[in-house]
Amino acid sequence: MAIKGIGDFFNKIFGNIFRYHKHVKLGFYGPPNAGKTTLANRIAKDWTGEEIGTVSKIPHETRDIQFKEKVDIKFDSKKATFKLIDTPGIATKIDYEEFLHYGLSTKEAKKRAKEATKGVIESIKWLDDMEAVIVVLDSTENPYNQVNVTIIGNLVARKIPVLIVGNKIDLRGANIKKIDAAFPEYDVVGISSKTGKNMEEFYEALFNLIKHV
Amino acid sequence: MNNLTIQFLPYSELAYLSSYKRVKKLLDLINENKIVIVQGKLAPEEEADLIQETMKEISRSKQNKSRFRGIEITTLNPNLKNLGLFQGLKEKIASGFAGGRDIITIIGPAAIIKDIKKDPSKIELFLRK
Repeated sequence: MAIKGIGDFFNKIFGNIFRYHKHVKLGFYGPPNAGKTTLANRIAKDWTGEEIGTVSKIPHETRDIQFKEKVDIKFDSKKATFKLIDTPGIATKIDYEEFLHYGLSTKEAKKRAKEATKGVIESIKWLDDMEAVIVVLDSTENPYNQVNVTIIGNLVARKIPVLIVGNKIDLRGANIKKIDAAFPEYDVVGISSKTGKNMEEFYEALFNLIKHV
Repeated sequence: MNNLTIQFLPYSELAYLSSYKRVKKLLDLINENKIVIVQGKLAPEEEADLIQETMKEISRSKQNKSRFRGIEITTLNPNLKNLGLFQGLKEKIASGFAGGRDIITIIGPAAIIKDIKKDPSKIELFLRK
């Protein structure tokens, strides 16, 4: 009885220290302009002081897979090391004319469109390499979008743990309840990557997510 | 736009094809500027393949007025209108192409369909002028 008690004591002490110290490849997936890079930047900046990529109002700003290695995150008494993998937004259509509305020249717009198509293909190829994924959705947009369903469906099929983030809650028209209703089987956290609102809740959800890795 | 073709694909026409042929058949029809109504839904991996093939097709397409711009796709399961997008579909995720009278997939060229808005029980297609 005494030996078991001592064992429990050590398990409790050392278990708490080591239980959450994992190394996790964490992907950021979602449709274009949902704020994947803004969130990855905030996390990377919070814990390493450096950002991961550039952001823009023009869709498909991220057209290559971007990484940040060895990001040590501490939350409460938990600690884990992440490789952040920011992916290009997944879309079913890309039209260079859309980019002209943002002031790009025709040549720049066509180049961006071509690179964006490759980016989408790369994002899908990288699904197999993820150990956990944050699906970033724009909470001002309708969540009943087939791209969202396809992304989450593919993660489920690969048994990769998923956390859904409803981003841009600082904007008028944000509706987290609608995302909750669309994906009732998943944890949904409403945040603003831009202002940092609810990031504590996000980190709590992140450490709950990696329990399943 | 002078005319619009809507083609119905029953479950039996896709169910026994390989994933590759299923995706190719759908893309071929979309390339003919048809809106296709499928009885059933693609497996998630097939949807991912369809997106990848769509991106390759956009990249190959000549950048003229009639260029291929991609696809619009949505699925509707009337029996799940009050549930989430995944409830009830999980079993079918692993089993490949899922059929049945209830699940419908609407898919078409982005050059014709500007946008699809979907709420759980309603689909609105917005066509380009």
